[in-house]
Amino acid sequence: MIEARGLAKRYGAKRVFDGLDLDVPAGGFVLVTGPNGSGKTTLLRLVAGLAAPTAGRLEVAADRARIGFLAHEPLVYRELSALENLVLYGRLYRVPERRERIGMLLERFGLWEARREPVASFSRGMQQRLALCRALLHGPDLLLLDEPFNALDEAGAALLDAELAALAGQTFLVATHDPARLRPVATATLALA
Amino acid sequence: MTYLRDAAALARKDLLLELRGKETVPAMVLFVVAVFVAFRFALPQGQERAAGGLLWVAIVLTALLGLVRAFVPEREQGVLDALVLAPCDRSAIWLGKVLSVLAFLLIAEAAALPLFALFFEPVDAATVAAVLLANVGLSAIGALLAAMAVAGRAREVLLPLMFLPLAVPVVIGGVGATVTDDPARYLGFLALYDGIFAILAWATFEYVVTE
Repeated sequence: MIEARGLAKRYGAKRVFDGLDLDVPAGGFVLVTGPNGSGKTTLLRLVAGLAAPTAGRLEVAADRARIGFLAHEPLVYRELSALENLVLYGRLYRVPERRERIGMLLERFGLWEARREPVASFSRGMQQRLALCRALLHGPDLLLLDEPFNALDEAGAALLDAELAALAGQTFLVATHDPARLRPVATATLALA
Repeated sequence: MTYLRDAAALARKDLLLELRGKETVPAMVLFVVAVFVAFRFALPQGQERAAGGLLWVAIVLTALLGLVRAFVPEREQGVLDALVLAPCDRSAIWLGKVLSVLAFLLIAEAAALPLFALFFEPVDAATVAAVLLANVGLSAIGALLAAMAVAGRAREVLLPLMFLPLAVPVVIGGVGATVTDDPARYLGFLALYDGIFAILAWATFEYVVTE
């Protein structure tokens, strides 16, 4: 699903990483670990197509309609409600039976009651749950998750554990500071220095 | 049709955000009204040509005021990444922003033009046509430049530096259409400006929003 050879990314004189090789087979669950600034987020952005590598070869066998991307930020409009945000993304991602799918995700992530409230009034944990709904909305084949457990309480983390288990068979590339939590489901780990 | 529906959905989202936040349109209206009130007392009587110039400078600066905030909601939450990742044509993001900036400008001008007529001189059909044509060009190139500026740190400085030189032809065409007896060729000039910059912005937007 993802193959990278000699991948490098620099911002001006600053080197993020160099000579990186990566293989993520279809159905694989690869963890990306490393200290702050090691390039975990940058690698996910490269795979998502949000940034171009400085050097090397990167092939991703999924077009952007099939990629689900969870970033550090929730990537939703704060002044819109959870429902309005998901309806907008559902339209842009051409999600069939949009309302039903959105309703199901909001129920599953415990946001149904708050669906008409502006995102600005959400706690950080609720925003992360909404971000997960957004990333999963179109049923992606490839999930790029950047610190997915960030800001989630125990209940939220358990929901995400259950969701990841339900999505077994999809391809995952997950950047995390807490690899122990995901090691049981991971098929490989990439440690960035 | 899907392309236009995507652009319409994105524009509708901007209008909804403005309806809730009321951060852009009131500032645009207040600015243009304040300019006309100030110059009502500053300009001597019988300065119609100067008033024509004032109208166009005010319109360009009002547009700039709207454009500075155009991509703020996308910047604040990194939403632009999610929009860029969506499988819709990326230029639909640009078109949606053009439509919303256009709507904001029209609202500001709906207040500005009657006030201009009251304070300075009647607004004729040629001036209205020139304003409508200018809106299209200013929104088209302005939305592209706003997307470029939003990625940088000095965006509030960068946008005027890029936008104002490109808006000079609009001022020339607009003033020409307002003060001459034969506005047709100035209107043609504004239409040509719209066509060139709309195509340029539409074709290059994708490269602006990806690193």
